[in-house]
Amino acid sequence: MSRQYVIRKLLIMIPSLLGISIVLFALLAMAPGDPFDELATNPAVPPEVRAALRAKFGLDDPIWMRYWHWLFALMQGDWGFSFVSRMDVSTLIMQRLPVTLVVIGASQILAIVIAIPVGVLAATRPYSLFDQIANTFAFIGFSLPTFFTGLVLILVFSIQLDWLPFVYRADITATGWAFYWEHIKQSIMPVTVLGLFQGAALVRFVRSSVLDVIRLDYVTTARSKGIGERKVITRHVVRTALIPVVTLVALQMPIVFSGAIVTEQIFRVPGIGSLLITSMLSNDTPVVMGVTFVSACLVVVFNLIADILYGWLDPRIAFR
Amino acid sequence: MNEREIRGLVGKVKAGKLSRRGFVQAMMAVGIGAPVAGQILVSSGVAMAQPASTYKPTKRGGGGPLKLLWWQGPTLLNPHFAVGTKDQDGSRLFYEPLAAWDPDGNLKPKLAAEIPTKENGGLSADGLTVTWKLKQGVTWHDGKPFTADDVVFNWEYAKDPATAAYTIASYQDVMVAKVDQYTVTVKFKKPTPFWADAFVGTRGMLIPKHLFADYIGAKSRDAPTNLKPVGTGPYMFKDFKPGDLVTGVMNPNYHQANKPYFDSVEMKGGGDAVSAARAVLQTGEFDFAWNLQVEDEILSRLEKGGKGSVSVTPGGNIEFLLLNTTDPWTEVDGERSSLKTKHPTLSDPEVRKAMALLVDNKSIQDHIYGRTGPATRNFLYGPPRFDSKNNPIEFNVDKANDILEKAGWKKGADGIRAKDGKKLKFVYQTSINQPRQKTQAIIKQAAQKAGIDIELKSVTASVFFSSDVANPDTYTKFYTDLEMYTTTMGQPDPGTHMLQFVSTEAATKANKWQGRNITRWQSPEADKIYRETEAELDPVKRAASFIKLNDLAIQNQIVMGIVQRPTVSAKTAKLNCNISGWDNNTSDLSDWFKDA
Repeated sequence: MSRQYVIRKLLIMIPSLLGISIVLFALLAMAPGDPFDELATNPAVPPEVRAALRAKFGLDDPIWMRYWHWLFALMQGDWGFSFVSRMDVSTLIMQRLPVTLVVIGASQILAIVIAIPVGVLAATRPYSLFDQIANTFAFIGFSLPTFFTGLVLILVFSIQLDWLPFVYRADITATGWAFYWEHIKQSIMPVTVLGLFQGAALVRFVRSSVLDVIRLDYVTTARSKGIGERKVITRHVVRTALIPVVTLVALQMPIVFSGAIVTEQIFRVPGIGSLLITSMLSNDTPVVMGVTFVSACLVVVFNLIADILYGWLDPRIAFR
Repeated sequence: MNEREIRGLVGKVKAGKLSRRGFVQAMMAVGIGAPVAGQILVSSGVAMAQPASTYKPTKRGGGGPLKLLWWQGPTLLNPHFAVGTKDQDGSRLFYEPLAAWDPDGNLKPKLAAEIPTKENGGLSADGLTVTWKLKQGVTWHDGKPFTADDVVFNWEYAKDPATAAYTIASYQDVMVAKVDQYTVTVKFKKPTPFWADAFVGTRGMLIPKHLFADYIGAKSRDAPTNLKPVGTGPYMFKDFKPGDLVTGVMNPNYHQANKPYFDSVEMKGGGDAVSAARAVLQTGEFDFAWNLQVEDEILSRLEKGGKGSVSVTPGGNIEFLLLNTTDPWTEVDGERSSLKTKHPTLSDPEVRKAMALLVDNKSIQDHIYGRTGPATRNFLYGPPRFDSKNNPIEFNVDKANDILEKAGWKKGADGIRAKDGKKLKFVYQTSINQPRQKTQAIIKQAAQKAGIDIELKSVTASVFFSSDVANPDTYTKFYTDLEMYTTTMGQPDPGTHMLQFVSTEAATKANKWQGRNITRWQSPEADKIYRETEAELDPVKRAASFIKLNDLAIQNQIVMGIVQRPTVSAKTAKLNCNISGWDNNTSDLSDWFKDA
């Protein structure tokens, strides 16, 4: 892997990120709505206050000037100032990030841990009973939206059985083991909902990818050399078959940061996703800009990581 | 009952011949509610009612945690910046005003030693001065004493336009002065009947001078205390994650004995109203859930488990129908619905009368809102002292047909009435919200039977309620014939609420559609009545004027009340809490407790 390649990729990232930020900023600036709308409908607030606030937050400046201010501040590590909460965007994001990373991260791991073995097994025995069962579940899994499965889980485990809480709380007062137990208990439902949803799609993907590879000549060669079936699958097939899977997982990684909006709303998980949706609803553009831009950066970065991983998984892919 | 009779009764109360309660009951019998009765007594020199406290705990704390669920969490905790209920309710965990409004619309002292009256010298006879005596020995959460300086500071802070406080309207036109360490006067430029605005209720929460003095005006957004409140309230700040969670712990030095009952309080935000109701009524995970805009049918089903109950608190918010008085389909000087135009068909009073007969309030209540929306034709219905008895609900399709037929509106081949080539075709807009679309359908169906064709339009709420000047679909532009939404009344005084009928308040291009009069009704008579209310110090006469103004608007079919929108909340079976429709949900938090 050449260092040049990585540097070149990194340099290409800069104009693409600039382009993304310009598009995002322009879209948000032109979208209908105003962060101080609520003031306009409130008879007790005179229009001067709104005008003063708009001026204070620079909303009356032309778009290009506001973009320039934003970009300049960002260079200095300042992500902006929330109109609604009157605090730094970075503080808001940092408050939400740990929960998102834990909950969505756990669900991603769950998805991968389930999907890879199930997908590989299903592919090695195509059209067997196991394959058919796995396929059926995968279909059900990704055709049911998370708001539906979430609601079903709440009705069964919270309302009927009363086993699990359905309101997620970031502050658990308990200490020691009880602290972890409470956290696990409240995470079970959101993690399951998300993990199964993502896992289901991944199973299908892994299966078809393995099926493609397993028929290739080099696999037959390996088998005819007398290498054990298990070794052929793990060493020769899975490694190659994982390339497209890596792409998929790598491109899904930014989701771990940006959260799962629907699931977070259902279980009141105070993650980035719910921050994004409430900020959008209240037209809090600096926050929306912050969250979406970080996601965009992550997509670009993980693309690069995926590229690098290709080379490690399959040296035939040359870096030029 | 007329003015003289009321005065006779007040005399009896003063002389001790009639109990306060007896007076209130007599008033209620003739349709004047308890709040007005209370206020009549106060301004007539009888002390304001202090209903016996129902608070039972005999020591501070020991009640465990109090868990509140707001489906929109507070996003900031400075009461002067708090525009939404969620932020005001969150601020109120820590901050207190001088006085709060109880459910009956009476004032209850918080940081004031007593409620100002004419008798105790608190209210001047000319209506120009209010003198507040402050409670002594109150400390801020950091131990510093609360004094008159803090009160004066809040006025200076809020009235400064550079601070951009949302409470500015309550403070900018008054003069506040310190008399001594524990006395403050509020002076008005003209006699002011509604004197209990500055330092009272939602907009009256007081912040400490010693922590905010350096952050007045343009620097207001930088105050660290904006995010870490230090107040005088029953709970002290612990942690805040905007939009998600606010937590507090019991204030061991709270200025009222044996309060508060709970050791800690948390207000969790996020999610939706139905699941919030579920977390209280069905699983009991939370003690209290706020503002449940959920169909009554669902609430009743959730209540069946017996773990909690729904409480409906009357206020002044009204879901109402507006009939445009101007022409929304002709553009004049770059604006539609211009004051220079007249509505082509709705300007016929007979058409308006017919429209009024086609609104089936009763069905709308029965089939859509249930307990959460009692039917009313009035625009102003609360506090009960302002509720007019002159506007009965009448739904009668035959009569509407009759009126239109007589006025010369004949049905054409398509079943739609027309006259002089103008058809009775209206566009009726509202925001996207299930109960609203159902209401639209009920009204459209009735209108169809009377030969009026209504085209329904629904606009996404974030556009409809925005003030975006470039968007033609906002409710303030009113570029349709009919529209419907809820207007809120934040205080037990209708002063600002009734501005919606004042000519000069018309929403136009010139004021960027920020005027409060959305129907653009131009009525010299309404203007005259409104001016009367502004100067009238006698609460009885003032209430009568407001009722007259309401009747004028209703009887000219400028607007039509559809249903009341009371505050609906859910609480667990053991929780005792008094919610006032005239103040924050958390305004009385110090007195909340649970039965053992």
